[in-house]
Amino acid sequence: MNFGTLFKQLISNRKARAGLVIVGLFVLVSLIGPWAVQDPTAFTAMPHQLPSTEHWLGTTGQGQDVLAQTVAGTRVTLAVGFATGFLVVLFGALVGGTAGYLGGRTDDLLSLLINVFLVMPGLPLMVVIAAWLPPGPLTLLAVLVLTGWAWNARVLRAQTLALAKSDFVHAAKVSGESSLRIVTVEILPNMLSLMTSSFIGATIYAIGAQVGLEFLGLGDISKVTWGTNLYWASNDSALLLGSWWIFVPTGFCIALLGFGLTLINFGVDEIANPRLATESRWARQLRADATDDGSTPVVAGWVP
Amino acid sequence: MSRLVEYLLRRLGFYALAAWVAITLNFLIPRLMPGDPAQIMFARFKGEMNPVAIAALRETFGLTDAPMWMQYLSYLEHLFRGDMGISVSYFPEPVVNVIATGLSWSIFLAGTALIISFLLGTALGALAAWRRGGLLDSVAPPLLSLLGAFPYFWMAMLALFLFGFGLGWFPLWHAYPEGTSPGLNLPFLAGALYHAALPAATIVIASLGGWMLAMRNTMVGVLGSDYITYARARGLSPRRVLIRYAARNALLPNITGFGMAFGFVLGGALLTEIIFSYPGQGYLLIQAVRAQDYPLMQGLFLTITLAVLGANWLVDIVTLMLDPRTRR
Repeated sequence: MNFGTLFKQLISNRKARAGLVIVGLFVLVSLIGPWAVQDPTAFTAMPHQLPSTEHWLGTTGQGQDVLAQTVAGTRVTLAVGFATGFLVVLFGALVGGTAGYLGGRTDDLLSLLINVFLVMPGLPLMVVIAAWLPPGPLTLLAVLVLTGWAWNARVLRAQTLALAKSDFVHAAKVSGESSLRIVTVEILPNMLSLMTSSFIGATIYAIGAQVGLEFLGLGDISKVTWGTNLYWASNDSALLLGSWWIFVPTGFCIALLGFGLTLINFGVDEIANPRLATESRWARQLRADATDDGSTPVVAGWVP
Repeated sequence: MSRLVEYLLRRLGFYALAAWVAITLNFLIPRLMPGDPAQIMFARFKGEMNPVAIAALRETFGLTDAPMWMQYLSYLEHLFRGDMGISVSYFPEPVVNVIATGLSWSIFLAGTALIISFLLGTALGALAAWRRGGLLDSVAPPLLSLLGAFPYFWMAMLALFLFGFGLGWFPLWHAYPEGTSPGLNLPFLAGALYHAALPAATIVIASLGGWMLAMRNTMVGVLGSDYITYARARGLSPRRVLIRYAARNALLPNITGFGMAFGFVLGGALLTEIIFSYPGQGYLLIQAVRAQDYPLMQGLFLTITLAVLGANWLVDIVTLMLDPRTRR
């Protein structure tokens, strides 16, 4: 399977299509939105104004337009989110794939490293590193990748391990194929759907954690992003003054984007495992239990 | 028995390694960052402390002109003596004392919320699996996943806005009412519970879904096994089958998840504490970040990490006691 066929199948899947439309809309807004609205940092009106015909979503505590801020904030937030998702999967695939394919001592060592990073609480580590580095999107990217790669490495290691033991890989080895060719031609194509869903999962994590860190004031507060919007909302006492319209739109955008990404992931799951398409989501989980191998389930990551 | 000890020691070794990584990261992070860590760290002390005291503080963090390995040893030595330096924002209080007050509030809030969420979620999950396809089973999971799509701290803000500010049912900040003194007296204890109620409720709502789904899924698997059919065939009361036979065995994975969840809650409660201005570790951490109080920040990172590692090891022991299979 390559990206072309995966994308075609995603388009023809009902859930994934809906998800792609939602995420596509946000990407579109992030690309052209900032030119379509007025300057998000301009002090255009009285502070703490209710939504009106002039300012559709009201104004912030400093008299800026909330709609303009929400639209303009999409760009950096999405860019950091997708870039983190990509790097997390890349890093996870490198570490997890190496561990799973090579096995033995290398696997023991890398697995130990993965487990150490998994057991350490991510948020305090993120806060401390972000506090030392100069604030900005690149800092956030680095911090999120550093604290987020381990989970994907673990998942991708397990998959590589299973594939490396499979008959067709053995056949390739016996027929004298090089390791590079086995990895790129035999193993990677079979991990495409898992890596895609890992990428989407990592993006959801990155957006949530990034907004959380920026909300804490660890981003570049002079930039307009969803996280800094919430930071300023809290800083300008939006809560105490009852200005709900300042922080509600951003929250809904994050939830809607997360929902869209999750829908795409359902689609990817169904394509990777066609039997799922005819079953409901809950029925799927039932079957997953029936084939449970007795391994210990763990809580899947901290959800901010 | 010796295998048991060996297993526990191996796990202890793993956590010791993780702790060492955290301690070393704590040492390396300031040194790997751009700029002179000593300059950044002590910039805020200027004018507040005499040069002798600053020199002592440099010693604590190993920020001397000595070679790196000697700096590291000096840092380790001070750490093992429980010396984490002096807080800037709570000057001249030692970091250890500041952290100690925060830690008890954090453990109280996160611990209470976690236990409520664990008990409630597990019970609901067991019930949902028992009446599969029933009202609880079909309504609660999607609803809770929908709530999970919103950023946690955003929901907490909304809760504070609606119930604290709008309706005025709950206090807006702090952990106990003004005018009461911490201790074993009724006004203080009642006030502390009242202040913890809303923050704890937001944690419970955010984490309930995970427990419920995990319990439901294991429970469904357990309910399909032969010994449940046999128990039913023997004519045992449904209640007895549900609690003594099914739920008891399905509980195990949830308990294993408890240690990890404690880490997430203790780490994640940072946001709760910040929003509700609750004086725990998280609130201290963000205060430290805002005040550029690096000694306090480093100390907090270390304590939170060590607390999480300790909790995980405790859960390993509990799992070992509950599940004979892990003893092998």
